[in-house]
Amino acid sequence: MTTEAQHDQPTSRTYFLVLVGLLILLALTVGAAFLKIPGHTWGMIIALTIAFAKALLIALYFMHVKFSHKQVAAFAAAGFVWLGILITLTASDYITRNHPASMNYKGEPRYLQSDYPGR
Amino acid sequence: MTTGTVPYIPAVEVEERETYLNVSGKIRSWLLTRDHKRIALLYLISITFFFFIGGAAATLMRLELMTPARDLVRPETYNRLFTIHGVVMVWFFLIPAVPTTIGNFVIPLMIGARDLAFPRLNLASWYLFVFGGCFTVAAIVLGGVDTGWTFYTPYSSVYSNTNVVLTIVGIFITGFSSIFTGINFIVTIHTMRAPGMYWRRLPLFCWSLYATSCILVLATPVLAMTVTLLAIERIFHVPIFDPNRGGDPLLFQHLFWFYSHPAVYVMIVPGFAVVSEVVACFSRKRVFGYWFVAGSSIAVAFISFLVWGHHLFVAGMSMYGGIVFSFLSFTVAVPSAIKVFNWTATMYNGSVSLKTPMLYALGFIGLFTMGGLTGVFLATLAVDVHLTDTYFIVAHFHYIMVGGMVTAFLAGIHFWFPKATGKMYPEWAGRIAAGLIFFGFNLTFFPQFILGYLGMPRRYAGYPEEFHLLNVMSSAGASILALGYVMPLVYLIWSIKYGKDAGPNPWKAMGMEWTVPSPPPKENFTKIPVVTQEAYAYHMMTPQGGDGPILPPAPPGERVEGGKPVDVEWSKQ
Amino acid sequence: MSQLTALEHDSYPAEQFEDTQQQSLAATLGMWTFLATEVLFFGVLFTGFYMYRMRWPDAFADGAKDLKWYLGGINTAVLLGSSYFVALAVEAARSGDRRRIVRNLLIAIALGVMFIGIKFTEYGIEYHDHLVPSLNFSSVSPEGQPRATQEQIFMTYYFVMTGFHALHMIVGLCVLAVIAFFARRGKFSAAYHNPVEIAGLYWHFVDLVWVFVFPTLYLLRHP
Repeated sequence: MTTEAQHDQPTSRTYFLVLVGLLILLALTVGAAFLKIPGHTWGMIIALTIAFAKALLIALYFMHVKFSHKQVAAFAAAGFVWLGILITLTASDYITRNHPASMNYKGEPRYLQSDYPGR
Repeated sequence: MTTGTVPYIPAVEVEERETYLNVSGKIRSWLLTRDHKRIALLYLISITFFFFIGGAAATLMRLELMTPARDLVRPETYNRLFTIHGVVMVWFFLIPAVPTTIGNFVIPLMIGARDLAFPRLNLASWYLFVFGGCFTVAAIVLGGVDTGWTFYTPYSSVYSNTNVVLTIVGIFITGFSSIFTGINFIVTIHTMRAPGMYWRRLPLFCWSLYATSCILVLATPVLAMTVTLLAIERIFHVPIFDPNRGGDPLLFQHLFWFYSHPAVYVMIVPGFAVVSEVVACFSRKRVFGYWFVAGSSIAVAFISFLVWGHHLFVAGMSMYGGIVFSFLSFTVAVPSAIKVFNWTATMYNGSVSLKTPMLYALGFIGLFTMGGLTGVFLATLAVDVHLTDTYFIVAHFHYIMVGGMVTAFLAGIHFWFPKATGKMYPEWAGRIAAGLIFFGFNLTFFPQFILGYLGMPRRYAGYPEEFHLLNVMSSAGASILALGYVMPLVYLIWSIKYGKDAGPNPWKAMGMEWTVPSPPPKENFTKIPVVTQEAYAYHMMTPQGGDGPILPPAPPGERVEGGKPVDVEWSKQ
Repeated sequence: MSQLTALEHDSYPAEQFEDTQQQSLAATLGMWTFLATEVLFFGVLFTGFYMYRMRWPDAFADGAKDLKWYLGGINTAVLLGSSYFVALAVEAARSGDRRRIVRNLLIAIALGVMFIGIKFTEYGIEYHDHLVPSLNFSSVSPEGQPRATQEQIFMTYYFVMTGFHALHMIVGLCVLAVIAFFARRGKFSAAYHNPVEIAGLYWHFVDLVWVFVFPTLYLLRHP
């Protein structure tokens, strides 16, 4: 962690640029929240993408993941990967919860086989 | 250290040799110890205490179920009994059982380290465990809890008027004890391995406990926050899971089982750890397919996070979610089967000796297979609808947890008892107890498979007349099982004082823990050893065995310079 | 945790380690493992929040509009700034500059305290607006707009998320204060500065959590 990683440590200037970048991203995400974007999904995607970009900047530079051993990066990623598992599989239930086989994905009733001509 | 051999101190009995046990006898030196071996013993005493609390609750339940009528205890009391049994056994016995006792004791010895990476954290985790245990015991003494160990909302958060919050505080605190143990093991295995102890030479015990620690670290915080939300809803009457105010009880179940299903694997993967060591040692053979056994531990740990939804099949989860989770649940069978096949393949053509630890290990393999195969029934969506919340489930998870984990725990205790105390227990007593436990266990729980298939629901104090015979069989088995559990407690304590001296390596086993004297000195190794060979080189030992592992000199390809091999592990750079 | 282990220790490296590099790597990995548990600890709240948001999009969008986004935004900037000064303190520790460690840490602590101050002001405003569930939540806003029942779930999540975050902030402030104290006493040098780095990691992590909390609670204003 110390010896060979030492020489490419970030300087105060790097830190300052990262801070400026973070503040610009903050302004962007606040601005995007006031745009009239149709559909809630897109607003959410934009907000979370910017949040991930900010988190990445913090982790890579402020928390030195970029300058540390690969092991550290793996440890840092593990928590987020597992959170991804939790959210994805929980969402797999919530997204499909209210359309049983009798409805299509729009919630319209699905018809009996005899209603389909040609089957 | 130019020869590249493990320093081996001969088993000459010197009077007053300083060991971790006699380095200081003061109570204070035990309560403030940072020695992983002493902390392991502290844990062992605590979890034994909790095991007998949980066991007492189980005894009362089995007594109640001797007759169809609800005559011994009131149904409300029965609810409290099964909740106490579940909470205490899961969080205060099964989860800490192997990792914090045997793991704590053996991991640093196995990898050639003086201690765990964070000794203070290790002691702190024991104190947290005891502190959390106090809350749970207080909850029991003050009237108990009646929600079941799963704390399903909204019953637990809105309606139950028992000590839910107190129990949750206990579990929350104990959860942090597990997390700290997990962090300690992960970091220790990553950074504290002796020179030459590459990942490919790591004993399978360490691989399995590494997988266990990953589960502890990644799943336990989810439980902590989930029960905190439950407590917040209960204390402040704010809506979180309450369906009357827009909440979703299934969210609680999702979050709870995201922890608790992997936690089921925390209760079995350390069992794999012990059995891999014991089977190799008593078959005098290297483990068949080292990488498959090691990899399947990691695979089980990973897959365990993908399958929790099978607990929600009939709870109102989406049908599509059910199908996905059912499929994912089947995949757990693959690494589990790899393990079972590899253990049996290890025994094939080995010179198997049926010593007590091996008897337990064989029992484990059989009972775990039964428990695992019935798990496949339950993962099947359609069959689960019939079997959910019946005694079939109860029998299934007791085959895994009691037949699997408790048996493996006893295998480990008997295997490393001579190392920890320097004494041998009477072999005949060990064999009788192992037999009693195997017989009593099957008599207790096999009838429950039939009861469940016939439709007897779990968590009821009474049942119809038709189920009487099978329940009597089960209760009779439970009394034999209880006797089997008390026996080791008696003869092991007796052996500490009166047992024969064991010597450093009574089983002629490989592994670095057997190269140090028994009981080991406080600092484990006077000089950090250099590892030159794989973990299970039983084929390289002489037939007579000698007193310790015969370690050949370093292979010619592997030069050793200044105490460290030349191709140093990447994590040590 | 681990930083305290090293702080109280007289010998460096500690007796269980072979050398200082091993101890430094162990401490860093230990802290990152702990942070992974923290990710999942907060992750439970985010999971629940987004599932409920899918279920009650209108109530949750109204909830976001009832919060003061500009206070949240200012707080984000304050916390990012605080993180920047902690990064500078860690850099100073690496070069063994005691004065700069203390100075940067004190600025970071001041910004952290400012964050907590703004946060509690916000709680006061929300109490005033009758937004605290089970205490004074009102189904009509002060402006006379009706509020959905499910907005209570939003507000509960708001208080739990920001509350746990504030709790982590307070712990972090204490840790930074202890580190600043020891730095002033000359405990750290270019050779031994592990505790500063570990404490820094924790503080950056608290910042990182807020980076997700802010858009989740304040900015999803459209159903």
